[in-house]
Amino acid sequence: MARNYIYIFIAFGVIYAVRVLPLTLIRKPLRSRFLRSFLYYVPYVTLAVMTFPAIVEATEKPLAGAAALLAGIGAALLGGSLITVAGTCCIVVFLLELIIK
Amino acid sequence: MDKQIKLNPFAQGVRDGIPIALGYFAVAFSLGIAARDAGLTPWQGFLASLLCTASAGEYALFTLVGAGAAYWEVALVTLITNARYFLMSCALSQRISPTMKDRHRWLVGTAVTDEIFGISIARPGPLEPKYHYGAMAVAVPAWAIGTALGILLGTILPPRVVSALSVALYGMFLAIIVPPARKEVSVALCVVLGFLLSWAAGVLPGVKTLSAGMRTICLTVGISALIALLFPRKEEQDGP
Repeated sequence: MARNYIYIFIAFGVIYAVRVLPLTLIRKPLRSRFLRSFLYYVPYVTLAVMTFPAIVEATEKPLAGAAALLAGIGAALLGGSLITVAGTCCIVVFLLELIIK
Repeated sequence: MDKQIKLNPFAQGVRDGIPIALGYFAVAFSLGIAARDAGLTPWQGFLASLLCTASAGEYALFTLVGAGAAYWEVALVTLITNARYFLMSCALSQRISPTMKDRHRWLVGTAVTDEIFGISIARPGPLEPKYHYGAMAVAVPAWAIGTALGILLGTILPPRVVSALSVALYGMFLAIIVPPARKEVSVALCVVLGFLLSWAAGVLPGVKTLSAGMRTICLTVGISALIALLFPRKEEQDGP
């Protein structure tokens, strides 16, 4: 139980540092082109790595998760907002799991 | 429109923060389900979300808590999964007026999220801390309460509903990564390589014995460095 609080405070410390240090210390733009490019790509890679295959494993039926992935990509391509895309994924899973036995 | 112009910056922030709060609430509920699976209490989930306000970062945190990971692993994974906020804060730092008090730098830094950053940076002119606080005032509590309710009600809701809600978080990730991937080949490669190699790392002998957190770190650093070498960004392309 106490361990959970230690985990939470470690995460908070790191996240706050990541957010606040550029605001307080770095008052000039980063110069290294590689570093700037690297940092630009990091979020997309991390999120992609965490989305697949995890989305397929999160649902009761893997097929429903796979369909949610495709539906989410489709909704995002059509310009859906955060809540539209997230909602589309949920509805697809709910409906498919009603059908798949 | 007249009314909107007359609103003070804080009220404008609240107004623009409401749709964000609604989205956060739904996604946080799904995050709460992940937190419940990791063995967190509703209060711990509330605290984690209030302090961290990070979707992917908290999701990674809960996964590691569930796996009983080492503290250094949590620190490293949190650093990697939240590296994007570093970039956003860098972008925000360029918009700070020289007359702004230093305490605002410390306070704005508590909630640099994808969406709050998005509306804050989209405002013309120098960064307005009060606008940022207005959005935080509605979005952050929605995030924290949603997480706690996800932990509480995740056990009450039927498994089929939980199963459906558990993909909301991934849906949000897709909403962040897919539109830029459509515009830029380099980002599309990031996403495709991320998907493929993450799947491969989970099935390849040897690699699959690494913890999920370590695999995320190695893949993120490796793929991002590769794409940065292949597609270095031009000055004017800068900023998320």
